[in-house]
Amino acid sequence: MTDKATEMSAGDQAVGRSRRLRTAFAALGMLPVLILLAAGFQIMNPRFLTETNLLIVTQQSSINIVLAAGMTFVILTGGIDLSVGSILAASAMVAVMVSLVPEWGMLGVPAAILVGLGFGVINGLLVAYIKLPPFIVTLGSLTAVRGVARLLGQDTTVFNSDLPFDFIGNGSLFGIPWLVIIALSVVVLSWLVLKRTVLGTWIYAVGGNAEAARLTGIKVPLVLLFVYGVSGLLAGLGGAMSAARLYAANGLQLGQSYELDAIAAVILGGTSFVGGVGSIWGTLIGGLIIAVLSNGLILAGVSDIWQYIIKGLVIIVAVALDRYRLQAGART
Amino acid sequence: MTAAAQIETVRQPVLEMRHISKTFGPIRALQDVSLTVHAGELHALMGENGAGKSTLMKVLSGAYRPDPGGDILIDGAPVATGDPIKARANGIAVIYQELSLAPNLTVAQNIFLGNEPRQFGIVDREQCNRRAKEIIARLGVSFSARATVSSLSLGERQMVEIARALSTSARIIVMDEPTTSLTSRETDRLFEVIATLKSQGIAIIYISHRMEEVYQLADRVSVLRDSGYVGTLECADLNASRLVSMMVGRDLSAFYKKDHRPPDSTRAIALSVQGMSDGNLLKDCSFDLHKGEVLALAGLVGSGRTELARLIFGADRHTSGTLELDGKPIAIGSPREALDAGIAYLTEDRKELGLFLDMSISDNISMGVLARDARAGGLRDFATAERRAAKAVSDLSIRTRSVQANAGSLSGGNQQKVLLARLLETEPRVLILDEPTRGVDVGAKSEIYRLIDDLAKKGIAILMISSELPEVIGVADRVLVMRDGTIAGEVTASAGQPLSQEAIMELATGAAKG
Repeated sequence: MTDKATEMSAGDQAVGRSRRLRTAFAALGMLPVLILLAAGFQIMNPRFLTETNLLIVTQQSSINIVLAAGMTFVILTGGIDLSVGSILAASAMVAVMVSLVPEWGMLGVPAAILVGLGFGVINGLLVAYIKLPPFIVTLGSLTAVRGVARLLGQDTTVFNSDLPFDFIGNGSLFGIPWLVIIALSVVVLSWLVLKRTVLGTWIYAVGGNAEAARLTGIKVPLVLLFVYGVSGLLAGLGGAMSAARLYAANGLQLGQSYELDAIAAVILGGTSFVGGVGSIWGTLIGGLIIAVLSNGLILAGVSDIWQYIIKGLVIIVAVALDRYRLQAGART
Repeated sequence: MTAAAQIETVRQPVLEMRHISKTFGPIRALQDVSLTVHAGELHALMGENGAGKSTLMKVLSGAYRPDPGGDILIDGAPVATGDPIKARANGIAVIYQELSLAPNLTVAQNIFLGNEPRQFGIVDREQCNRRAKEIIARLGVSFSARATVSSLSLGERQMVEIARALSTSARIIVMDEPTTSLTSRETDRLFEVIATLKSQGIAIIYISHRMEEVYQLADRVSVLRDSGYVGTLECADLNASRLVSMMVGRDLSAFYKKDHRPPDSTRAIALSVQGMSDGNLLKDCSFDLHKGEVLALAGLVGSGRTELARLIFGADRHTSGTLELDGKPIAIGSPREALDAGIAYLTEDRKELGLFLDMSISDNISMGVLARDARAGGLRDFATAERRAAKAVSDLSIRTRSVQANAGSLSGGNQQKVLLARLLETEPRVLILDEPTRGVDVGAKSEIYRLIDDLAKKGIAILMISSELPEVIGVADRVLVMRDGTIAGEVTASAGQPLSQEAIMELATGAAKG
């Protein structure tokens, strides 16, 4: 009896270990793809893996990673937010305009974040309480908020060469750019919310089975309002980051098709498009893959046109491989 | 010798199904069933929920292939099985409960869907409409072949389905509960059409739970029970008590061990439901549920049992009616409010409406009490969740390697126990169990029965919906029977006498009236 028990627990341990390994591997997901890409570009151009270039890559990816973090919340509930690019533009406009107010220029950052949160909450109310499909709601706000962004500056570019918060876009702390610090903080905070709070578990539950969540007593509309609010808020933060980097904002051009890069990062990161499965670390890796691709292809001297084609194909192939790998895992 | 029996000896049957068995893995859905149907005959097929009627018809339509040894003969010649296209070519058509029409297309387009008359490879609209018109005229119905299906009533849509069957020269038409959603005028209309079809030599296999219809229409009735064939009655020999006993007649094994507590009106009322309606199916449902009692809600599929449970739980909105919990009136507008009041509901569809299959067993069990367990700042208390899960795993003997495994990796019985554990964590005073043993293996079944009994002994009031009569008899103290959205009656055990299956079946089918 005792023998059997110890044998059992040893077996259980082995099973537990292999399971942990598998979950760890699943969490890694696209990391091997990122490493392979980096190695490939390094062979093509030894300038790729230098400190300066890596700082450029992470800096370029930071705004997309902030947007993609918000998008992760939304896609985990089975939704989508197409409006983040437009919200980023409107928030950046507000950030620069507020920065021009004497003495109160620093308020540009919180103003941008609040504007983003406001648009996100409107999206959330329409999805959660009027029960409109997320795709339609955010497709509408993609267009409408873009109009608002242009309206804010009477369709011109607003400048502030003396931006009080320009350190966010161009300064560093201990050699690490502020943009990168902000992006990493957003990722860590998102992880904390998703994996360590009750709300996070509810988000996964709503995405996994919304009707079961309702019957379990979870207030599904509140959860949805939260995720669209977070997505809007982070788009507002992205707007402030963007304004700080450029000393300027343009309602027409800024943030065009940023939502597509954010969605691509989330999907590359292995988050299920129907909701309920995924992780913020995957999104981080997905965002880095997109940035490495852009940067590496430029260094390799590939023309702009081919960059588009290659990026698109890599996204499709990477996700197809991931599906194949997960299916194989499920079969064993 | 009756007239029908004489015909049988003279004429060759249009359809013979011989020794049909069907197994799905370890589950036997049909066992050696034979059925003979003649041209121009209406052959009713009866049996409890899950007796095997639908499976038999799926074998006939080619959706399922019977196990080796079973044959289907048309006009005395064996035909290929397990092939829907060949079955249709052989003249077999099935009209399902859920109609399968494209609502945005016209009547004519629907009739010839997938089978359009063509000229030079292009759909010949003129011919399509002309032939549709002919078929509609044959049925004697009044709508136009060019009408859009979405503009038709449910009864008219059914006629389109029948017209579609006729367009493929069907000689055997299966109708599965065709009158469930029809008004009484539409039902009369349908019966006229059935008479027309019979006079044209078409055989009809008619699945129904409604005794009156079967009396009115059937030439013969065959009964299935527990996946097997029980017998066939001629029209002249039909009577309600004989049919009911054929449908339920089986012994209860020692499987359900229960000391029946006779109804005790002195016991406190836990939940009182008064005049519940949903403005649709349910009309004025009232009953009392006592503390420590297992009250079964029996009835046929579609009688409104699940709908009533969902109203009480706040999952759907009621249009009228009141609830009293422990003597105090309560208003329940959402599942959250029901759970807070102490009412928990186990769904009949654990995969679609119950579990989070991609989440851990531990998360699934704690899902209803996460907020209650949370630490400051809304942080998860993983230690408590783990403890709850470990306790549930040992209390309900959930068989799993780890509470961190995904709920989707468990067997049906263990998934059901996880769902039950989640409800029990909310410490309910009233527990509504909707088909608690559906899709659960025999071992887990008896464990769930024991659990229900234990919970009732602790004073929890239990309302159990079940489609399995033996389960109702074996587990419940008292039985309410629903029919057509109302509570048709109550069956109680009298001194020394168990609950009567026949009495329940009579109330459920309306045979008591007829």
